[in-house]
Order: sequence, then structure tokens, then C-alpha cells
Amino acid sequence: MNKEAIKELIYKMADDAMIIGHRNSEWTGIGPVLEEDIAFSSMSQDKIGHAWALYDVLHEQFGEKDADKNAFSRSEKEYKNCQFVEMPIGEYEFSLVRHYLFDKAEWLRYESLQHSSYLPLAQLAKKMRGEIKYHVMHAETWMNQLALHGNEESKSRIQSALNESYPMALAIFEEGADESALINDGVFIGEQALLALWKAEVSAFCARIGLSLPEKADASNYLGGRKGYHTEHLAPLLAEMCEVYLLDPSAEW
Amino acid sequence: MVSNTQIEVLESLIWDALGRVQDPEIPVLSLVDLGMISSIKISKELIEVYFMPTFTGCPAIDMMQKMIIEEVERTTAIKTAVIIDRVHAWNSDMISEAGKKKLVKFGIAAPNIKAGCGVTMLDLQSVDCPFCESNDTVLRSPFGSTLCRAMHYCNHCKQSFEQFKPVSH
Repeated sequence: MNKEAIKELIYKMADDAMIIGHRNSEWTGIGPVLEEDIAFSSMSQDKIGHAWALYDVLHEQFGEKDADKNAFSRSEKEYKNCQFVEMPIGEYEFSLVRHYLFDKAEWLRYESLQHSSYLPLAQLAKKMRGEIKYHVMHAETWMNQLALHGNEESKSRIQSALNESYPMALAIFEEGADESALINDGVFIGEQALLALWKAEVSAFCARIGLSLPEKADASNYLGGRKGYHTEHLAPLLAEMCEVYLLDPSAEW
Repeated sequence: MVSNTQIEVLESLIWDALGRVQDPEIPVLSLVDLGMISSIKISKELIEVYFMPTFTGCPAIDMMQKMIIEEVERTTAIKTAVIIDRVHAWNSDMISEAGKKKLVKFGIAAPNIKAGCGVTMLDLQSVDCPFCESNDTVLRSPFGSTLCRAMHYCNHCKQSFEQFKPVSH
């Protein structure tokens, strides 16, 4: 097996979970209704837990820094999350549509990874998919409520959030440096295969709730995250997220 | 060497000790009731307790590990280690029948479906109310006060209640 390619795969998954976890936690205390405030907070806790478990694998199997150090003391360039998850939370409809598009991709990724030939990842995926299932169900409930059963304003706001986020979401599937090694070794089905599954499910769901996907969506403006190139939004996020840890990295919590 | 009989006695002492370690978030349930202990390994110098967290991101994991070590060491005077089981994953079918009864008595509905068949939103509707046993209830949110709970409302006794979420493997 190609260890470098596996490490790269785990890093991007861990960083995606960590950054979306932090972003969604920004809804704590300001959610549009109490249940949504709690839901976004709970999902953040799940995501940060997933990041922690993945950083643990990197620490134990690849000799990387321990989970806390890895999460909180890397430079911006070393984070391999896609740019989509670092975008500010915006209005609620942007956060909801991102939550739907991202978690649908996460669900399919972990569904496929439970059959991975790389055992530590297969074991984690089995555990995490049951939790991510709840995230997808939550997103679909509110997408359905606001797009299909809402009023003109909620429908048009969800549609424009979808138009804005869909190209960003396509960049989740930016390929790694050695994708073919992962595919040939049975570690991972590969980003292209995942993208095809995701597109089929997203377009069927959106059609069912009366949304249309942008016709000419192009990911190219949002690529680069997997190589460490980020938007201007990541640096301030990291500064805030790591602030307390960096006051005294040796502190015992 | 420790004899087989000694090991059996020790093993039952350890399970008793684990039965006294309560979930910090639901203090009427032990980790054994919740099915969170997958196995124990005993040698003369070390007891290893294999532990399956209910949710990956559960913030009580560290605390529960410390509580296990404290209780088992106090009971056996043998050094104890807690190892997170990476091979077996917890699912909500692992909660014992006694555990489910204790949950309901505490005011939290038990997971209502067999895990492993894929939870759907429909499964989360019409959970029996732990207060009046009515089935006329609705899901308010699949997320609640802790990672493992969902929020429901009972139309019959007009009370909100929580459910320990069904989680499949």
C-alpha cells in the first residue's frame, strides 16, 4: 500500500471535519430557532470528534503529531481541507445548503470507506457513518421543509444558496496526488467515483424538492484546498480556533 | 501463574466493578448496562478493559476512562488500563434490556429500532413517551442535550422528552 497517499487522504478528511466543525459551531447561541442552534452545535461536536479520531490514526499509524497539536499548531498551508468548508457561515440558508451538500458527500465517502482495505480507516468509517446519517437526515428535513413546503421567499433563498454553493461543493472532490494508488490498492474508490455517486443523489433529491442545479457549474475557482491553497477566510478562522491552545501549548487540560 | 479459578473470580469482580461505573451524562446507567465494555483481558500485572464509546466525539470519554481505572484498581489492586476498542463499534442494540428499562424510568425513551438496518427519519417518529407511554408523539429534532439524544414531544401528556438515539453500525 502507498502510505503517503493514505496519509494524504486521511489528512484531508480530518481537516474537512475539523474546519466544518468549527464553522458550524459559530451557530451556537445564534441559531434561527432553538432546535437548530442545538442541532448545529451537536453536529459540530460530532465533526470535531471525527477529526480527533482521524488525527489519532495519523498519530498512531504514521507518527504524526498528537491530535491536539495537529489540530491547533499547523500553518495555514498545511491544512488540506477543501475551500468550501472554510467559507463563512453566511445567512442560515447558505449554512444549511452547505451542510446538505457536504454531509451527503461525507456520507457516501464513509459508506464506501467501510470496505477499505486499509483497516484503521474501515473500522472508523463503520462507526462514523451511523453518526453522519443523522447529519444527512437533518439537512434533508430542513431542505425539504424550506424548499418544498416553504413560501416564495424561503424557496428562492434556498435556490440562490444552492446556485452559490454548488460549484464550491464540486471542489470537495479535488483529486489527491496519487489517486490511482489508492484505487488500485482498494483503499478508496477515488474522488471521481464518489463525485458520480454524489451527483446522482443530489440531483435526484433536488429535483424532488423543486430545486434546480446550476447548469454550468465549474469547480475551478475553488480548487487548491487539498494542496494547501486557501481563501482569505481560513487564516482568521485558524487564528480564532487556535487562540487559546497557542497561549500555552504545554498546558494540561 | 494465576490459576483458572482465580481468573474467574477476578473476572467476575471486575465486571461487578464496571457495573458500578455510571455514565456521567445518565447517572442511573452503568457502562455495562450501556454495553460499552467489549471485553477484558487479565494478567497478573495488568488488567485491560476494552471500551467502545457510544459516539466518536463524546466529551465524556476521558472521564469514563478515568472512572473505570479508579473503580477496577480499587477493587482488584491490579494496575488497569482502558483501551478504546477499534475493532468493535458500539451500536444501540448493545444496551441491555435492564439498561433500557432504567433509561425509561429515568425519563429518556430507549432506542426503538434494531440497529444495523439503517435508521430513517420515519424510525424516529412515534417513539413511546417515557412518561405516559403514549405513542402519539412527534420528533422535534434528531439532536438534543447530548450527542446521544434526540428531542421529541408527546401530544398526549403535552411534555417534551428525550430519546437515546438508535445508532446503527
